[in-house]
Amino acid sequence: MGKKVTIEPVTRLEGHGKIEIFLDNFGDVEKAFFQVPELRGFEKFSTGRLAEEMPRITPKICGVCPTAHHMASTKTLDDLYKVVPPTAAKKIRELIYSAFMFEDHILHFFFLGGPDFIVGPQASPELRNILGVIATVGLRTGKKVIRIRKKCRDIITLLGGRVIHPVCGLPGGISRGVSEKERKEILKTAEETVEFAQFALKAFEDIVLKNEEYLNLIVGDIYKHKTYYMGLVDDKNRVNFYDGDIRVVDPSGKKFAKFKPRDYLDHIEEHVEPWSYMKFPYLKNVGWKGFVDGKKSGVFRVAPLARLNAATGMATPLAQEEYEKLFDTLGKPAHNTLAYHWARLVEALYAAERMKELAEDTEITDPHIRNFPTIEPKEGVGVVEAPRGTLFHHYKTDKRGKITECNLIVATVNNAAAICMSIEKAAKGLIKKGNVSDGLLNMVEMAFRAYDPCFACATHSLPGHMPLQVRIYDSLGKIHKTVTRNI
Amino acid sequence: MRKPKVAFYWNASCGGCEEAVVDLGLDILKVVEAVDIVLWPVALDFKYKHIETMKDGEIAVSFINGAIRTQEQENITKLLRRKSKLVVAFGSCAHLGGIPGLANFWDAEQIFNTVYKSLPSVQNPEGVIPKTNVNVDGYELTLPEFYDTVKTLDQVVDVDYYLPGCAPPPDLIMGALTSILENKLPEKCSVFAPDKSLCDTCPRGENKPQKLSIKKFQRIHMVQPDPRKCFLEQGIFCLGPATRSGCGERCINANMPCRGCFGPIKGTVDQGDKILSAIASLAEARTEQEEKTLFDSLEDVAGQSYMYSLPSSLLHRKRKEV
Repeated sequence: MGKKVTIEPVTRLEGHGKIEIFLDNFGDVEKAFFQVPELRGFEKFSTGRLAEEMPRITPKICGVCPTAHHMASTKTLDDLYKVVPPTAAKKIRELIYSAFMFEDHILHFFFLGGPDFIVGPQASPELRNILGVIATVGLRTGKKVIRIRKKCRDIITLLGGRVIHPVCGLPGGISRGVSEKERKEILKTAEETVEFAQFALKAFEDIVLKNEEYLNLIVGDIYKHKTYYMGLVDDKNRVNFYDGDIRVVDPSGKKFAKFKPRDYLDHIEEHVEPWSYMKFPYLKNVGWKGFVDGKKSGVFRVAPLARLNAATGMATPLAQEEYEKLFDTLGKPAHNTLAYHWARLVEALYAAERMKELAEDTEITDPHIRNFPTIEPKEGVGVVEAPRGTLFHHYKTDKRGKITECNLIVATVNNAAAICMSIEKAAKGLIKKGNVSDGLLNMVEMAFRAYDPCFACATHSLPGHMPLQVRIYDSLGKIHKTVTRNI
Repeated sequence: MRKPKVAFYWNASCGGCEEAVVDLGLDILKVVEAVDIVLWPVALDFKYKHIETMKDGEIAVSFINGAIRTQEQENITKLLRRKSKLVVAFGSCAHLGGIPGLANFWDAEQIFNTVYKSLPSVQNPEGVIPKTNVNVDGYELTLPEFYDTVKTLDQVVDVDYYLPGCAPPPDLIMGALTSILENKLPEKCSVFAPDKSLCDTCPRGENKPQKLSIKKFQRIHMVQPDPRKCFLEQGIFCLGPATRSGCGERCINANMPCRGCFGPIKGTVDQGDKILSAIASLAEARTEQEEKTLFDSLEDVAGQSYMYSLPSSLLHRKRKEV
């Protein structure tokens, strides 16, 4: 083996996730590892806590997607106490959740992953950020992005108590209702979000799809893996973020499994490697065959593109049109990792339309927002689609409702194996004869940025924000080049 | 005039404190104009080496969030301390240990055994656990060491000020920034929040009876709290009496009781001890039977009382078995 290339967020010399690339004597990539160097142990320290506190404890896994953990946890409590929330409460929860999915997807497209396309994959690192985006799309648009996100976050604050770590979820309901005046205000924002999501899709079409070079990148082999796909679907097999059954399709797009959240252990197992604190989930009924794709490997993918692949359509009209357009262009299932960005915007439109539907529904002002537990608790499972994928919470308790076992399979972790594979494949395709330019490295990073990996969930750093330092070693282990930059 | 240098850094945290800064919205642009941000891993190029070459005290202020969980976090925190005139512990985890500090009820080995071996979805017949140094087919890989104990920022370096909350609210962040930039500094070790208890500012205070008494505790999922009445009056566990105000009563306004993320009030070291003594003084039990009813109704006392503050408390952690 010749050189070793280390890509690590500088915060993570000190910590939050790093890529090790090993080159052979010819300077070609021999092997790449994606390591997660941190753990906090929520599963352990949740033991002994009161179950009803879990929706307030588990959001601290991630300050970027606390609403996802809050809702998964709250739904776990519904199942634990076998109590169904009143319709108004369910709708308010989904309303909060739709506002959250929208603002989070928009954050990623404009601030995190999007700059790769909007500003350009090989643009200089100083420009590949929100400021570069504003320079490209204009200050007025930039401010529009900030404003629409703020309005959605204000809805979450209003209904959830707080936007960073909401507190409103209780088994069988929520702590606070919606007034008619509030409903009307929310509806106004919801209408704006639909318009904004359409605007974002139009921008994607103009900037990315009409650019042949970008389109070739998206459909090219470097960013492609044929894997299984997983996502939550409603009773008509359409994408749903808040509730439903879990559907899995195989790499040819054929239905492989459909199951209730409660049965997740019949379908998912986790593999442990000694070189990462992150575990590697895989489909139990296919098996762990290592970091490989294809029908014989249990590796599956989650999050926007996977959800679209695993479903048969969208539940709202405008999003359905965009869904069809995506698959008309890429074929179904779409295996193109960079198409995650596109799928994310289709989902943002769905979230906006759903938010509007729920805000139009006067039933959400019904004051009956709680049903109370009547049985002794024992075990519960709750699943939502987090922005970054299927999120599982599973608690067992004693009869007083104290946690005795807590299992969490967090969204990004489901993509762990696929992220490793995508990085290795991109590195192999892009780094040849030891040539490691800044632009090429960015293109390696794009392979995992597409997943919007949430290392706050997996390792506590902010998704996609990690500045990276790349060190290239010669065969004697001496550094001959250092590149530092933001991603 | 040269702009003061400011650093933001994170240790074992969730990213919520970074989001809180982003949530300043247009105000953050004012901050960016007034200061020179030399380090903000979340948003700007990291300049670790640049920090190392700085003179001691060259950075005007470092805002550090997250608890200390690994050796690496401890190292960079010490470096920033050396280079900074002021260090502000930002948010509950840096201030108190926070929710991840609940891990101090266990140690590293117990956490590993649960996460990598015993959980129901784990398929690990060979009992593999992550290692600090490992050779995989000839490739050398390393991971940082995971501490047994979560530490607060001031257990690792000298801290000048504290900005409380999970996450700190925007008005307090702006207030702290303004007082530092205008050099209107409070007494060292101050907390950038009012010296009042949450009960003093709670909107439900005005309806509170002269004397509170608790005969039995109710669990929040089993009752519908009256949104006008004091939680403790309704027998619902609330950390208000032991917790500093300044949060904007966000949880209370969502009809949920306080869990203490702002930490203890001035003059109190141990938040859990404070709430338990407050509860003891409100307890009303005349017979042994009544006493039993009252205390049996209070569950997970340690977890509830020290929800955010275990590492900073006098207990610090569960005693390690030798």
